[in-house]
Amino acid sequence: MEAVDGNAIGGLLHEVFGIEMTDAASVCGSCGAARQVAELAVYLRAPGTVVRCRSCESVLMVFVQIHDRTCVDLLGLATLG
Amino acid sequence: MAGTALRRRLTWQVAKVSAVTVETASVRTLTLDVPDWPGHQAGQHLDIRLTDEDGYVAERSYSIASAPGEPVAITVERLDDGEVSPYLTDELQTGDDLELRGPIGGYFVWEPENGGPLLLLAGGSGIVPLRSILRHRERTGSTVPVRLLYSSRTLTDVIYRAELDRPASGVEVIHTLTRSQPPGWSGYARRADAALLAEVAWPAAVMPLAYVCGPTSFVEAVSQALVQSGYPPQRVKTERFGATGGT
Amino acid sequence: MSPVSRGFHRRRQDPAENAGRVPPGQYLTKDFPVLSAGPTPHTALDRWTFSIGRAGQQKTWSWAEFRALPTQDVTVDIHCVTKWSKLDTAWQGVSVDTLLEAAGHDGPFAMAHCDGGYTTNVPVADLTGGKAWVAYAYDGKPLAAEHGGPARLLVPHLYFWKSAKWVRSLELRDTNDPGFWENYGYHIYGDPWREQRYAGD
Repeated sequence: MEAVDGNAIGGLLHEVFGIEMTDAASVCGSCGAARQVAELAVYLRAPGTVVRCRSCESVLMVFVQIHDRTCVDLLGLATLG
Repeated sequence: MAGTALRRRLTWQVAKVSAVTVETASVRTLTLDVPDWPGHQAGQHLDIRLTDEDGYVAERSYSIASAPGEPVAITVERLDDGEVSPYLTDELQTGDDLELRGPIGGYFVWEPENGGPLLLLAGGSGIVPLRSILRHRERTGSTVPVRLLYSSRTLTDVIYRAELDRPASGVEVIHTLTRSQPPGWSGYARRADAALLAEVAWPAAVMPLAYVCGPTSFVEAVSQALVQSGYPPQRVKTERFGATGGT
Repeated sequence: MSPVSRGFHRRRQDPAENAGRVPPGQYLTKDFPVLSAGPTPHTALDRWTFSIGRAGQQKTWSWAEFRALPTQDVTVDIHCVTKWSKLDTAWQGVSVDTLLEAAGHDGPFAMAHCDGGYTTNVPVADLTGGKAWVAYAYDGKPLAAEHGGPARLLVPHLYFWKSAKWVRSLELRDTNDPGFWENYGYHIYGDPWREQRYAGD
């Protein structure tokens, strides 16, 4: 299962945050790696969308569509934006 | 940074297919008439959404093939086991509706003021956003030098072939055909590896800007090789389509 | 609802005779879709172990020891929360009953721990009585890494996210703590016949 990258969730991120986010800066809460969102590892084919750090593979963001709502968990990030 | 944070809602809207162009046996370009299109940047994409009679919804992303200022167009490769792509390439006709939202993307974009020299690296349908960049460069009169390395399985798989055979001034196109080559082929005939890149890529010393797009394995191999050859990571922009390039 | 896309329909295989075997909201597929929340782990068999029991008191088998245990061939229907169902899937594996008996432990709940960090929780009552296996072969062949090989948990009566890929241990606990997807809003139990996809369903 190959990951794609943050470009693939540009629409989802814009829907959730209200602005373009693929060029936003992110810092991994586990290893401190700093990357633009577009460069994060994204797993689309799952019960939810999982975004991981490309350096340490920690989970940074998870998006789950629960009925008519998108639930967002960003706890793996140290900073975003 | 030009063009970022245009604070508008990204909403779904219904466009009409205004033309279908056959690019290869399995690839079509759909030109779209989008009523509320705000314009786009070269390299951006849009999301499309299909709904069946039972309310089942499928969404996919496709890079915009046209330059800013041209009618919006997407290029779709039919994947045999795909759920969405065969519908887009084989079923959709001129006059049909297509629900979409966009443009999307603020990272994998190029404007003339971003400069160069530009190194564009395409694996299969990864050529689509790079073609938008090439057309934008030509339409704006930019003289930034460009080298495009385009990896395809066979010559008949090359998308936009006629256009790429007549590149604009300052653009050099290098093909590599990885599965089979026509008789008399004198070009590259293997996957883009470090040695091939060493021959084709701008040397790191000229401070190039690279855009790599295609299946994940292609993007990983090429971007790592460029960084190892001295390209600063922030000068190598990547867009991964996944193993099957988005079904 | 969005406008209907003329001529679009999802891939499906819905012969009427299978109607009673397809839970609500599911559609049949002939494929075996690969879903994953992370990179595929690759654990060498000479380093692979499987453990079961309470934390700190687990019984552990090496691959060779594990493969020497009595195995079963089972054919089951599987149901993914992403709405695909696949009928008559053939697996080979060790029954969790066998593993628990060898471990000599008990506990109301189990947390599956997997290579790559994935976890999922299942009541022990749903792992016993011939309802669950640690499976190492699918369709007569060694389980492919992308489908969870060397071995995965197989609990077909629950949504397939509970059939944890790359399973390395079943930790017995007194509390029904949520695993990976349960933490992000999926149902703590996951019965496809009651359509328990999300917490609160």
